[in-house]
Amino acid sequence: MPSISKPIVPTLDLPRNAIGLTVRDYEGSMSTLCAGCGHDSITAAIVHALWELAVQPHMVAKLSGIGCSSKTTAYFAGSAHGFNSVHGRMPAIATGAAAANRDLLFIGISGDGDSLSIGLGHLCHAMRRNVRMLYIIENNGVYGLTKGQFSASADIGSKLKRGQPNRMAPIDPIMVGLSTGATFLARGFSGDKDQLVPILEAAAMHRGFALVDVISPCVTFNDHEGSTKSYRYTREHEVRATESDFIPPRSEIVASLPANGATRVAMHDGNVLTFRSVPDGYDPSDRTSVSHYLEQRHDAGEIATGILYVDESAPDMHELSNSVSEALVHVPFDRLCPGADALTALQDSFA
Amino acid sequence: MTGVAAAPGVRVNDFALKLANVNGTGSASANSLLMEAIFRMGVPVSGKNLFPSNIQGLPTWYEIRVNHTGYVARTQEYDLMVAMNAQTYDRDIEEVRSGGYVLYDSTWPLDSGLERDDVTFLGVPLAKLCNEHFSSARERILMKNIVYAGSIVALLGIDTALIDRLLDEKFAGKEKLRNSNHLALRLGREYAAEHFDCPLSIRLAPIDAGNDRILIDGNTAAALGCLYAGATVAAWYPITPSTSLMDAFTSFCERYRRDPESGANNYVIVQAEDELAAIGIVVGAAWAGARAFTSTSGPGISLMNEILGLAYYAEIPAVVIDVQRTGPSTGMPTRTQQSDILECAYASHGDTKHILLFPANPHECFELAVRAFDLAEQFQTPVIMLSDLDIGMNDWVVPRLTWSDSYRPDRGRVLDAAALERLTAFRRYSGFDANFVPARTLPGVSPLGAYFARGSGHTESGVYTEIPDEYQKVLDRLANKHAATANHVPEPVIERRAAAHIAVVTVGGCDLAVREALEELHERGIDADYMRIRGFPFGTTVESFLDEHDTVFVVEQNRDGQLRSLLSLETHVNKDKLRSVLFYGGFPLSAATVVDGVARQLRR
Repeated sequence: MPSISKPIVPTLDLPRNAIGLTVRDYEGSMSTLCAGCGHDSITAAIVHALWELAVQPHMVAKLSGIGCSSKTTAYFAGSAHGFNSVHGRMPAIATGAAAANRDLLFIGISGDGDSLSIGLGHLCHAMRRNVRMLYIIENNGVYGLTKGQFSASADIGSKLKRGQPNRMAPIDPIMVGLSTGATFLARGFSGDKDQLVPILEAAAMHRGFALVDVISPCVTFNDHEGSTKSYRYTREHEVRATESDFIPPRSEIVASLPANGATRVAMHDGNVLTFRSVPDGYDPSDRTSVSHYLEQRHDAGEIATGILYVDESAPDMHELSNSVSEALVHVPFDRLCPGADALTALQDSFA
Repeated sequence: MTGVAAAPGVRVNDFALKLANVNGTGSASANSLLMEAIFRMGVPVSGKNLFPSNIQGLPTWYEIRVNHTGYVARTQEYDLMVAMNAQTYDRDIEEVRSGGYVLYDSTWPLDSGLERDDVTFLGVPLAKLCNEHFSSARERILMKNIVYAGSIVALLGIDTALIDRLLDEKFAGKEKLRNSNHLALRLGREYAAEHFDCPLSIRLAPIDAGNDRILIDGNTAAALGCLYAGATVAAWYPITPSTSLMDAFTSFCERYRRDPESGANNYVIVQAEDELAAIGIVVGAAWAGARAFTSTSGPGISLMNEILGLAYYAEIPAVVIDVQRTGPSTGMPTRTQQSDILECAYASHGDTKHILLFPANPHECFELAVRAFDLAEQFQTPVIMLSDLDIGMNDWVVPRLTWSDSYRPDRGRVLDAAALERLTAFRRYSGFDANFVPARTLPGVSPLGAYFARGSGHTESGVYTEIPDEYQKVLDRLANKHAATANHVPEPVIERRAAAHIAVVTVGGCDLAVREALEELHERGIDADYMRIRGFPFGTTVESFLDEHDTVFVVEQNRDGQLRSLLSLETHVNKDKLRSVLFYGGFPLSAATVVDGVARQLRR
């Protein structure tokens, strides 16, 4: 993961967020991905979302596995700790870090190889545990760094650059999430920043594991005719299943809510997630209806995007563990060690 | 059917018994009751559970050895066999030493083919007594064990008041069970007293041993060490024989780590999806600043290799407790071995070396577990403590564990916000100290401390690199850092004898058997010095001990002489003078194996 520092370019007065920071304060080093890579657009959306959320950059912890996608952690929030771990294991490492310090905003960046092949088990179990984190899959259907093999998210019939079609069923992380207890599931498209930014904001504020699957075309190995993860194919087949706004508690809610199935979800910390439109009969808090709708869209050859499923009521890992509200790393040693007298008393029962 | 046995002399507090049972029939509680009673009489004792990887129906044995001088390693000289398993009658009866005793259920006659003239058969109608006094089918099976325990109480002269008290403690609040157990115990005791000449020639006599010893297994002690060291995050995947370690840690946490005001937990324990995740969780938690650990066994270590390499290279503390069992592969999951030494020393691909700690008994499991956390944080690297099934799952009599309230965790070099302010720039892997340890920072503390932890090639600033010099600089310092830990791992235990030219070197749970063997060799006119290694990398004490001796026997429980290999690789010793004495069948080591192994090679 080579890294190039960004040149400091004097800029005109950039707008400042609630804590006085500009977008530049949320950037990282220069991307070394291919020009036009969808992942860089996702980075831009993350930077924008973090700026809008006005989080302290050093309170972010960025984790990734291995692959093109996993390089992304270097390209935003340069003053946050990062951990570029090993292939597929990032959900486990993030689970441990989240257990240790619940005060941080955890952002995991992964790819379809990292999350849907080598690390699929870890992803499922992080969802089951409802580890509080924003987990982004930069999904391009292909292995980039090893030069263009199919990944587990490649659709049946999708073709490699040299023409071979994929004949095995794809693993859809949203459907996996629905069946393994995920509490926030969304899909975006790297070419649609307007939709992606509020999705990322809501996901970052979700109390639990928030999976955002972002279709992110690989311009080098999977953007050709016959690919179902190309810019063109995604643009032609994307349907915005839901339209939603993320409203932080300090903003006045002024948006008028249309009548067609609009739903408001009160989030943890007072945020509100508002669905401006959802399809008829679609309830983003109802696993069955979401599942049914997604199956239909899939059968119609469409890519449904938007915030697809939200459950704000499920306990996260810390609630499931009944752990203290403060970060474990801040609990002083005196409260952790029972001391000499307790050891003596305990051993009386062994003597 | 009482065989005519040669009358042996009376032996007080020096004998061994073996109880042959069918697993899943409730014998474990009767056997440990006997062991505990002997312990409470102040007599040095060990109890070794030789059990199958199975829940019900297979042979299982429990061995109790009593030895007034404290040599309670496993012995294969059985004075009394409690033969409760028809499947293994023939072998069990054959194993009793000449002049010994066999206690069996005489409800049914014993096959005449099993008779031996040189042992005394003690028939107790266990099933008959139980059928007469208990009504439920389950009780009739379970109580047979307590009946034989009662007979043994009379046969060996176990203090009856003491064992009654033990039963009262065990079944406090469970009136019905308590009464049944008392009844069964009395039935066995009275039958033996009426029918046999009690006590036998092997018998117990109480010793005033004071109150400074406890009965504890290594997994419980190690869990206590983790508790006292301040571990807040634990992750694991169930695996024999380490499961009871995390079970113990969990129950200690429930007892000692609940916030008195909120009732919330000052810990998180994650039962992971596999060992890959377990070590990942540990490394993630330690990266974030918590003391974290996992416990596992050989197959788990195999899976953890990749992330152990990451932690080594990215310099993140991690504590792993490996309760070894037999390998390779699944091996024999309920049998002991010391066969993960090399695996752990060099776990993971690439140039990696780890700190290893080798406890010999539960007392050291406690102490070295605490030490493991300090070393891991001081050196920002994984530390693997290698226990084994025998230490971990069997009850041992050890000196009381002690704790100093002045203990403070050694968190190593961690920069806080103020320290970062004073620096011109923070570079994660530069500015190292005399031990080649650089300072680290924790997430969420200061924007000035941000860096990228990575398993890919990196510079002293932690930035990705593919430039040979930059990469090698970090890798070379890691080698120096590992070498520097040699002065910080626990020193070996050395016992010298006047004029000894040969030495025996061993590790971990071989301790008692080897020391007993050295005593026996001494009686045969062979004097050998003793060194038990407690840490890796090896320091100068290990080096000079090896230098001082012409011949060094390395006693260990694996096929390939892994400790011998490690000594050959990691010290300057001439490997020709290292000779292996090996035992790796899965049962704990006995002194006889060591004596034979050494004596045989000396005769050559």
